[in-house]
Amino acid sequence: MPDSPLFTAAAIAVIALAIAVVVAVGLKVLRSFRELGTDAERATYKTLHAASRAGQHLRTGLNPAGAAKASRQLRSLLGCDALAITDTTGVLAWDGAAEELKPALMGLAAKVLEGGHTAVIPAGELQLLANGKAAAPLAPGVERAVVIAPIKAGTRVVGVVAAFAPAAGAGLVRATSEVADWVATQVELAELDASRTLLMEAEVRALRAQISPHFIYNSLNAIASFINTDPVRARELVVEFADFTRYSFRRHGDFTTLAEELRCIDRYLLLERARFGDRVQVSLRIAPEVLSTVIPFLSLQPLVENAVRHGLEAKEGPGHITITANDSGAFAEVTIEDDGVGMDPEKLRAVLAGHSDGEHVGLHNVDARLRQVYGEDNGLVIETAPGEGTLITMRVPKSQPRHDA
Amino acid sequence: MNPVVGIAAFAAVSLATAVIGFYGLRVSRTTGDFYVASRTVRPWWNASAIGGEYLSAASFLGVAGLILLSGTDALWYPVGYTAGYLMLLLFVAAPLRRSGAYTIPDFTEARLDSRAVRRVTSFVVVVVGWLYIVPQLHGAALAIRITTGLPAWVGQVAVVAVVCVTVVSGGMRSITFVQAFQYWLKLTALAVPALFILLVLAGNGSRAVAEASVNPTAMAPAGPYQNISLLVALLFGTLGLPHVLVRFYTNPDGQSARRTTLIVLGLLSVFYLFPTAYGLIGRTFAPGLAKSGQADALVLLLPGRMIGGTAGDLLSALVVAGAFAAFLSTTSGLVVSLAGVISQDILGGSVRGFRLAALISAVVPLAIATMTDSTALAGSVGLVFAFTASTICPVLLLGIWWRGLTDAGAIAGMLTGAVSCGGSMLAGAMLGSAGTPPWLAQPAAWTVPAAFTVMVLVSRSTQGRVPRTITRLMTRLHTPERPLATER
Repeated sequence: MPDSPLFTAAAIAVIALAIAVVVAVGLKVLRSFRELGTDAERATYKTLHAASRAGQHLRTGLNPAGAAKASRQLRSLLGCDALAITDTTGVLAWDGAAEELKPALMGLAAKVLEGGHTAVIPAGELQLLANGKAAAPLAPGVERAVVIAPIKAGTRVVGVVAAFAPAAGAGLVRATSEVADWVATQVELAELDASRTLLMEAEVRALRAQISPHFIYNSLNAIASFINTDPVRARELVVEFADFTRYSFRRHGDFTTLAEELRCIDRYLLLERARFGDRVQVSLRIAPEVLSTVIPFLSLQPLVENAVRHGLEAKEGPGHITITANDSGAFAEVTIEDDGVGMDPEKLRAVLAGHSDGEHVGLHNVDARLRQVYGEDNGLVIETAPGEGTLITMRVPKSQPRHDA
Repeated sequence: MNPVVGIAAFAAVSLATAVIGFYGLRVSRTTGDFYVASRTVRPWWNASAIGGEYLSAASFLGVAGLILLSGTDALWYPVGYTAGYLMLLLFVAAPLRRSGAYTIPDFTEARLDSRAVRRVTSFVVVVVGWLYIVPQLHGAALAIRITTGLPAWVGQVAVVAVVCVTVVSGGMRSITFVQAFQYWLKLTALAVPALFILLVLAGNGSRAVAEASVNPTAMAPAGPYQNISLLVALLFGTLGLPHVLVRFYTNPDGQSARRTTLIVLGLLSVFYLFPTAYGLIGRTFAPGLAKSGQADALVLLLPGRMIGGTAGDLLSALVVAGAFAAFLSTTSGLVVSLAGVISQDILGGSVRGFRLAALISAVVPLAIATMTDSTALAGSVGLVFAFTASTICPVLLLGIWWRGLTDAGAIAGMLTGAVSCGGSMLAGAMLGSAGTPPWLAQPAAWTVPAAFTVMVLVSRSTQGRVPRTITRLMTRLHTPERPLATER
């Protein structure tokens, strides 16, 4: 129970850990105070540091959470009393004093949003303009001027930066419009990010494999050859073909489960066997734990088709395909192996890099999709040599809370 | 006891585990069996596997030992261990399965959209896992010492070695079948000797040495606070056990996750009949064990004492085999899930990283276990449950059932629970069992509400941080999924 030395050991471990943390933090703080350079260097550093911190917060575009954090950095950069960031419809963030002016700000900024030119409202005038609109009358003793500079992304005005100070000198005006331009750059970057994501999604959708026209043509021919000799089998094959196309033409979802994909492969192989007879032999070794793993839609079937088409079709005599799926830590590992003709690794490299003329396009397609969805490290791993068969390994993380099967 | 018996039993269990692990799926299927091969794990199999992984040294040895020591008070342990699954069934099993997240850190990251929450959760999960492995190794040490007379560390090193070899070499490929086998082995190992003992007792009409109501150690009975606190710890602690939650992903959908849990409830109830029987028989026929400080070894020693001869040796071998099945299955389940967390968060998720992480997650508790020794297995496991109940359980429950949970709230709550519960455990260790007040010895009754309260209050004050994807995520957690076969 509690008096066991287990907890004494745990106590020692916790204390040692705490000491280590304190020492590490202390060293870090000490290091940052050493070697700070001249005043000018420090000023440059401070400005750039504030800018880069604010930049991080604005990377998701103009939204309340990011703007609130960025406005804190930007206010210290400008050294003004209060700093506000708005978009075209409302105030996103207000940092510093004079928050009673908040309801009036959009009215003051309307002209800037429309015209796209920096406006300076001197102290006395602000008082007059604001008193009409503010919820509570302003404290009379406080004199404030405001500089309102537009945030222009491209040609559009997407918001304003407003800096409040006792007096609006030329320095503050210039600095504020520079800050607004800088914010605009960040917003443009954020938009670029967003469009890059959209592009990636579009690419994934475009890469979503279609079943190959060869296969449709060959299957129909094979079925045709059975219509007279074995009508029952022909009928069964047509039903399988219908099921197969229904799965592969489905519109919803970019993901499926391993179990469903295996069922699709089963139908595919049934149709291929109608053509090749016993020349295609398949064995399976599937760990049931990974059957519910989410994988990109039609990502295995092209690999099996590749094994049949390029591995076995060109080979004399029967060929063997082995499909395995294993649980490997946080990943599910699927392998597809054939003992067919194999291929030249150099040629394969060109195929995966996208320099190929239609052959093996399925492999390239699957590889590209896997990299898009799971990151550069999780593409296909292919081991092959001429005459030696091919082993394709695909690793998919088991945990994909963002993907619906 | 005959030393050969213990060693042979341990070797047999290790070998059987390895063989099923390696060859369970080696049977290749041809395409004709495609449908059979791609069928998912049935709830019965998975429930047996969960039972196998869950029934640890504490259940196999500790419960009987505790009943020997403190009588019917100790029945709260099996009740709590089992009833925890009711909570799991009602509140967690199906939504967690639907979330698609594979580990608890994955779930919290997806739910709260924050890397920081993920790091804190991973840290807590690793601590829980390590603390949970240590009592298993203590159990192994005890079993080896009692049955073979070898030094205690031999048992710990042997268990860690077997687990490392099977996990690192990829031998846990068919882990579901290994764990399911372990459950039935454990049940048989307790049930068969228990039946024989009962037959012998009925046959020769041997007289009881002591009354079951007589307390062999004169320990003070636990007050209502301790019992309530213990039940809170066990009920809520089960919700957050990393190795148990992972098993639910083997189910194809939320509905079968629920069915699995229901079967687990039945399987556990059947199992716990036997440690209880051992405890009561021990109390009437072998109260001497309680005084000599060998209470945890009661299950191992009772068949030899009551029956004796070759039959006694064989039955002892069976019990020892069951005990090692308990150590091996729980430890390997924990090592696999800890290695998943460590390799993903620290080592980048590669295959080599996973192996290294498996070694780390087995060797650290080994080091702790060899430096310490435990006196009550059920008690130390109970404290791990209290820790889980005050850290992981609030995040899971509020994350699944309350839209308002924020990342700041989750972190604050988990830290509150970890500090208060961990602090009580340490303070209890410093004071010694005699000087520890009940609220420090069984902290769950106040640390669990504290963690919940802090989590709710901090979340309320940071409502702006509720992730924007919340509606989509909640819909996914709580609506039944499209059945797998709609495409057909």
